[in-house]
Order: sequence, then structure tokens, then C-alpha cells
Amino acid sequence: MSESKDKKAINLTLKVWRQIGPDVKGSLETYHAGDISTDMSFLEMLDVVNEGLIIEGKEPIAFDHDCREGICGMCGAMVNGRAHGPEKGTTLCQLHMRHFSDNDTIVIEPWKSRAFKIIKDLAVDRSALDLIIQAGGYISANAGGAPDGNAIPFPQESAEKAMDAAACIGCGACVASCPNASAMLFVGAKVSHFALLPQGRPEAVKRVLAMVKKMDECGFGNCTNETECEAECPKEISITNIARLNREYLKAGFL
Amino acid sequence: MQLDSKVPDGPLSEKWDQHLFDLKLINPANKRKFEIVVVGTGLAGGAASATLAELGYNVKTFCIQDSPRRAHSIAAQGGINAAKNYSNDGDSIRRLFYDTIKGGDYRAREANVYRLAQISNNIIDQCVAQGVPFAREYGGLLANRSFGGAQVSRTFYARGQTGQQLLLGAYSALSRQIAAGKVKMFTRRDMLDLIIVNGKARGIVTRNLVNGNIESHAADAVVLATGGYGNVFYLSTNAMASNVTAAYSAYRKGAAFANPCYTQIHPTCVPVHGTYQSKLTLMSESLRNDGRVWVPKDSGDKRPPGQIPESERDYYLENKYPSFGNLVPRDVASRNAKLQCDMGKGAGETGLAVYLDFEDAIKRDGRDVIAKKYGNLFQMYEKITADNPYEAPMMIYPAMHYAMGGLWVDYNLMSTIPGLFVLGEANFSDHGANRLGASALMQGLADGYFIIPYTIGGYLAGTELEKIDVDDSAFKETADTVRSQIKKMLSISGRRTVDDFHRELGKIMWEYCGMSRTDEGLAKAKDLIVELKGEFRENALVPGSGAEFNQNLEKAKRVADFIEFGELMIIDALARKESCGGHFNADYQTEENEARRDDENYSHVSAWEYAGEGKEPVFHKESLAFENVELTQRSYK
Repeated sequence: MSESKDKKAINLTLKVWRQIGPDVKGSLETYHAGDISTDMSFLEMLDVVNEGLIIEGKEPIAFDHDCREGICGMCGAMVNGRAHGPEKGTTLCQLHMRHFSDNDTIVIEPWKSRAFKIIKDLAVDRSALDLIIQAGGYISANAGGAPDGNAIPFPQESAEKAMDAAACIGCGACVASCPNASAMLFVGAKVSHFALLPQGRPEAVKRVLAMVKKMDECGFGNCTNETECEAECPKEISITNIARLNREYLKAGFL
Repeated sequence: MQLDSKVPDGPLSEKWDQHLFDLKLINPANKRKFEIVVVGTGLAGGAASATLAELGYNVKTFCIQDSPRRAHSIAAQGGINAAKNYSNDGDSIRRLFYDTIKGGDYRAREANVYRLAQISNNIIDQCVAQGVPFAREYGGLLANRSFGGAQVSRTFYARGQTGQQLLLGAYSALSRQIAAGKVKMFTRRDMLDLIIVNGKARGIVTRNLVNGNIESHAADAVVLATGGYGNVFYLSTNAMASNVTAAYSAYRKGAAFANPCYTQIHPTCVPVHGTYQSKLTLMSESLRNDGRVWVPKDSGDKRPPGQIPESERDYYLENKYPSFGNLVPRDVASRNAKLQCDMGKGAGETGLAVYLDFEDAIKRDGRDVIAKKYGNLFQMYEKITADNPYEAPMMIYPAMHYAMGGLWVDYNLMSTIPGLFVLGEANFSDHGANRLGASALMQGLADGYFIIPYTIGGYLAGTELEKIDVDDSAFKETADTVRSQIKKMLSISGRRTVDDFHRELGKIMWEYCGMSRTDEGLAKAKDLIVELKGEFRENALVPGSGAEFNQNLEKAKRVADFIEFGELMIIDALARKESCGGHFNADYQTEENEARRDDENYSHVSAWEYAGEGKEPVFHKESLAFENVELTQRSYK
């Protein structure tokens, strides 16, 4: 995968996972993507392939996407075995074709995890991540009763660390890239975000226990320090957050 | 149709308090007897769903995406305004009100804007309590910055991801209510029609995007928080799924659409690079705090920016607007970029770009300081363009960003259909003809957390609501209409893809109804749109069936509505024979190429009533009275 910034258009062979529904067997199908501008994003390349398929009367490739600026967390696929493709700290929509070379073959597959059922082709059901948040990923503060925003000053450093964790976009790349399909980075990020803020402390014990319990129920695996999640996270969330999750969990167990 | 703004009497600063006292209440035990449908889970819809559920209402909430956390509010970068005056620089509720009215070019309702400024402070408190990690100073207090045309520092921010963090706050509050069983969440649903029973909004029809089922949902009131219509331009900073369909279906059912021609073109976006480009990426305008905008002095100067000496650069914003410089409001900055490019001074291959240069800021503050402020934005820019903004200036160009127009609402945020409330970008109410930076997040959350929870109670307490059921004929008939529309769309079997139609629509709108309009161009565009609408009905190619996950069918419905809506925008733009804010008609400008308002004849809201397929919509006028500010020519010189 070399830089080819000087090149303006490339030809590619795509091997794309096609599956018409959750309970039907899928397979890799081969497509040709010709004359692809290297300024295009990966999803724009798929748009072009799909327009061609539609004109030919064939079924276009289904894939999730929305903001196309790397923040909504809707898009994602395994590209040559890597979540969101080869670039570090990049979502699929922000991956540009200049990172590929003429005549490359690209294998595109959906997130694969017991907890994420395939809906169609590259689109998967990630509602398990919402269930984990519903279990405790919040601070119980009804609208109306909040004290002044400056009533509780706290160190800038904690706010920055909380922000580092809160930057998670919930795309599921951590789960897809983990050999155990663990959601520990996702859960660790949310637990850390709140644990680092004074507003999050009152419910810290209840939160971590409930979120971990739900994570297990949803069928996610456990963490065995493979660190694939950190390597592939498009927001570069650190596994320090998993360590913090473990500390919070242990602490909660002693209370 | 009668437009009654229901603005309470009394002095401006007391209207909201008085209104809160006058609104009828529903006792806590009775709230659980009401069902409320909320469509959309952005800042407005997410906050409204959570808060209504906290109060005890039964809420059904719908979103297009696979999770309510992904609504497009998430992409807002810069920040959220509040009149806290934490910076001790002379800010106040009155100043935020005044700036917003003035920034909107005196085309917003005074009472709504004042209320927005009042509530702004509660929003910050609420978000901090929810755990939103706003930027803080070393001493632990909240940090503020100046943003987009404001002369005080009143903008709160969470790096360049303020929208994301505020949305995750609303999403977490919503998640808590889902777990509590007070909100029933429906993801991957498109709202395709509104149900009216006895003249009141009583439910919606949705399509389940996974299996294609057409579903009906009954309610005592319907809340639309479905965002803006920027994608009518095809290329915009909006997300791909952002659409006008829900709002347009309400319009077809009798809700007036207000000021559709007020669209905001954001000055700092990554320029267009090719035909297959699917969206334009915004670079937060906070960049204009330190970046200097320039073009070469001579037209046709194609040297790389590094080779153009200081003396041959035109810092046109600083020169033309010495007191605001690079921080002029969005409409002014955008129009001036276009002006420079039209003169042949544009940068880059296409000539449709201007430079945003950080060289001086890096020299002054050092690379580390600039990296801390804008690091993630610089990184994002480099990812898209492969150019490094630390080394060479960014290239930027305006792009469609925000819709000030929207469904008409009264002071209670209720549309002209009783029981249909509209929040956030989907309504028209607070930004007039131009929105100031960091005000969209403020409005979405004000509507959701602190206005609708009270005003909806006033409606429900004072309205006779008959018992209804999804098996009633109104539901069945509407669902059948939706089914037949889908069937018709799938049976066109033309030769042109939906995306191709969308691209053409975008070109027409951008060329004739974009940053600079003329009466002649608008008239031409109207004909082109009518033609395009005809061709779509005969030549669109929508693959697959209705009973499956079919993303092209979703798109086809959205594009069909955008085409019709485009015509409404043009009709509105043609009727407004003045320039104001985002609506700049070159036929109405001052000698210095600034917008020339006509307060005598156009100090009003234009609200359009649907008159049926192929018929011109009916014009209604809400006159705007300004009792607390003096109308002046906006000047940023």
C-alpha cells in the first residue's frame, strides 16, 4: 500500500462480502473498479461502483455511512483484514484512495462479531453497543436542577483525559479487530469519561458493574491485552481506558 | 390559514417567565396518560425525548441511523454560545439577544431570540451536570473563546467536537429513559407521512429501513426534530441521510413552511475536487480566529502560495472590514470569497478556493499553541487533501451548511397544525436570515431541554383529544398512500440513477439559488426544476424492492422530495425582493456590494401553504415588529 499522490486515477479489483440477510450464507464477489480518482474517499469509490451496478441492473452493495467526515461512527468495514483500512486513526469515510496503488486487490468485509449480526452485505446491527450505554453509560441528571457550570471546578488535566475517552464514536472497530470480539475499549472509554469527572462519581460503582454485566450478556468477549483495538481505533482511544475500567470494576467489587 | 405567533404581552425580558406561569400544567400522575412521538435524535430531538420522559410522558422516538447517537448534530465542531459572561468582557443576555437579532439581519422574531439568550445559560449548566467535558482553564473553570463574528468570548467548546459531546450528553440522557421504559426507541426508521385526525397531528407513518415494513404510530402530539434541508444542494456539509422528507410531508399536510430561501453557506470548507464527490467537509470557523484569509492581488496568478510575496497578497477581509477582519459573519465571508474567485483570483486547480493562512499565527504563538487549538482540524484537512496546513496555507471555499428556514412555528414551537411541534434546525424561528456561529447547538438544546417540555404541556392540558387507534381509517389510508408511492417509484424503471438526479438538482440550486441570486436566474432555475421533476417521474432507476433493506429506495424518496422542495425555495427567493443575510440577490445590493434590505416592504416572515400538486403555494405573512432594537444596516467595517 504505497502513497501514489502523483497518480490521478487507478484501477482496482474488489472482493466484497455479499450477504442478502442475517440468516443467509454470504460470499465474496469480485468487482472491477476502474478509473478511480485518488482524491476520492473509499466510500466515494464504492458509490461509483454502485452506480455502475445499478445501471447494469445488478444489486448495489449495501453499506452504512452518514456524516462522511469521521465523526458519526456509522461507517466501517474490514479492508484487507483491517478495521477501517490501512491508515492509522482514520474512519473508512476518511480513507482516501491515494493510499492504494494501481491494480491493487482490495478485500472488503463487514464487522464480524457474535454481538453484531449482519443486516445486509457490509451493514451490521450494532445495537448491542446502545444496550451497554442504556445499562449505565449516563449521569442521572434530569433537566432543570443543574448548579452553575462553574460550581465545581476540576483540574484541566482530568477534563482533557475525560475528553480523550469521550471522543469514542461507537463505530465498533475495536470489537471487529479484537480476536475475542471484546468491547472493553468501548466500555472502558465510557466508564473512564465519567469516572474522571466529579459529576460522574456518585454513580461510578453502579455504572461500571451494570455496563460490564450488560457487555457480557450481549456476547462480547473478554480482553486478553491483544491491543488490536487501540491500534485500529479511528479515534486512537488508548487502552489505558481498559486499565481504568478494570480498576473501577475491582474497586466496585470491594464496596 | 392564520399565523398567530402567540408572543406573550409584556416587556421583552419578562415574556417567557410570564408565559411559563400562564401555561396550563398537567399533574404528574396524568402525564403518563399521554403518548408523544418525537422524530429525530439530534440535539433537539434527543434532548426533547429525554426531558419529556423525565417528566413522565410516554415517548416514542424515531431516527434514521442505526443508533440515536449518530444524528448529524454530532458533526458540529466549533462550540455553543451562552451569555454567562464568565470572561468578564461585557456579555449579557441582552447582548447575546442583540447580536443574534443583528446577525440574523433583523428577520427573526424578537421574543423567541430573547428567550433563547435567556435559556443559553441553563444549557451550559445542564450539560456540565451530564458530564460534557467542556474545555477548562488551569484553575478548573470553564474556558471560553470568541467565535464567528462575536466581539465577546462566550463560546463554550469541547475541542473541535462540541456537537459530538453535546449530542452524546443528550444521547446518554435518552438512553437512561429508554432503560427506564419511558422512551421506546425506533432506529432505522424513515418518517414518510404525518397523520391528521380532526385537524390535529395524531401520529406518523414510518418505513422500517431494515425490512421495508410500513408502520403507523398514534400519538397525542408529534414533535419533529428532523434537521435542515441543506442536501437540496447535493453537495453540502450535511450528512448523507439528512433530508427534508419528514418536514415536507408535514408541509403537504398543511404545516406552513417559512423562509425556505434562507440558507447559510459556510465560508470555511474543503473545496470541491471532482464529480463523484459526495460531500463537503467543514473546517470549523474557529480557524478564522488565527488564520488569515487572502488571495493573490493579481487575477490569474497561479504561483504556489509560498512564492507569492507579502506585497502581492490581498488580505481582502482585513482590508475591507478593518474592525471585524477575518471574523466577519459567515454570509459576508462566503460572499467575499465568491467575489474574489469570480474576479479570477481563486487558488488551486479549479480556481474555486481562497487561502487560509496560519503562518503568522505559528510565528506569533508557536506551533505547539496552534496545534493545541486546531490540531485535529489540521489533521482532518491533511487527510482529505494530503496537504499540511502547518507548512502551506489551507485552501477553503464556501459550502452549503445550515438552513435558517424551516416549518413555521409560534412561540410555543407549534406549527400551523395543532399538535405538531417543530424543534431545532427543522423550524425557522430564531436565526432570521443568517445564523451566527455556535448558535445552532444553543437553539437545538434550548428547544429540547427547556422549551418543548413546558409548551407541550400547555397544549395537551388545553386540548380535547379524542381516543384514536392505528386501526382507524386515517392511519390506514395514509399508510396505503405511502405504499402506493413506493410502488410507483420502484416501477419507473428508467435509465438514470437517483444520485445523478440529485447531482443535477444540486447544480441548479447552487448556480441559481446559492450564494448570489438574481431574479432572472431564479426564474430560469424554476423552469429547470419543473423539467427535472418531470424527468425523475419517467426516467429514475430505483433498483430492488420495497420489502427489504434498500438504500437506493430511501434515497429516491428523499431526492424526489428535494426536487419539489427546491421549487419552493426558488418561489420564496423570487418573492423576497431584497437581500438579507443568507439570501443575497444581486439585483438588490448597495454600491459596496453589501446586502440591501428593504425593511419597509420585507420585514416579515414568508410562510407558504401547500395548495396541491402542481399548484403555486399560497403566501402568508407574519409581520416582524422590532420594539427593542433599532434596525440598522449591518456593518462590520
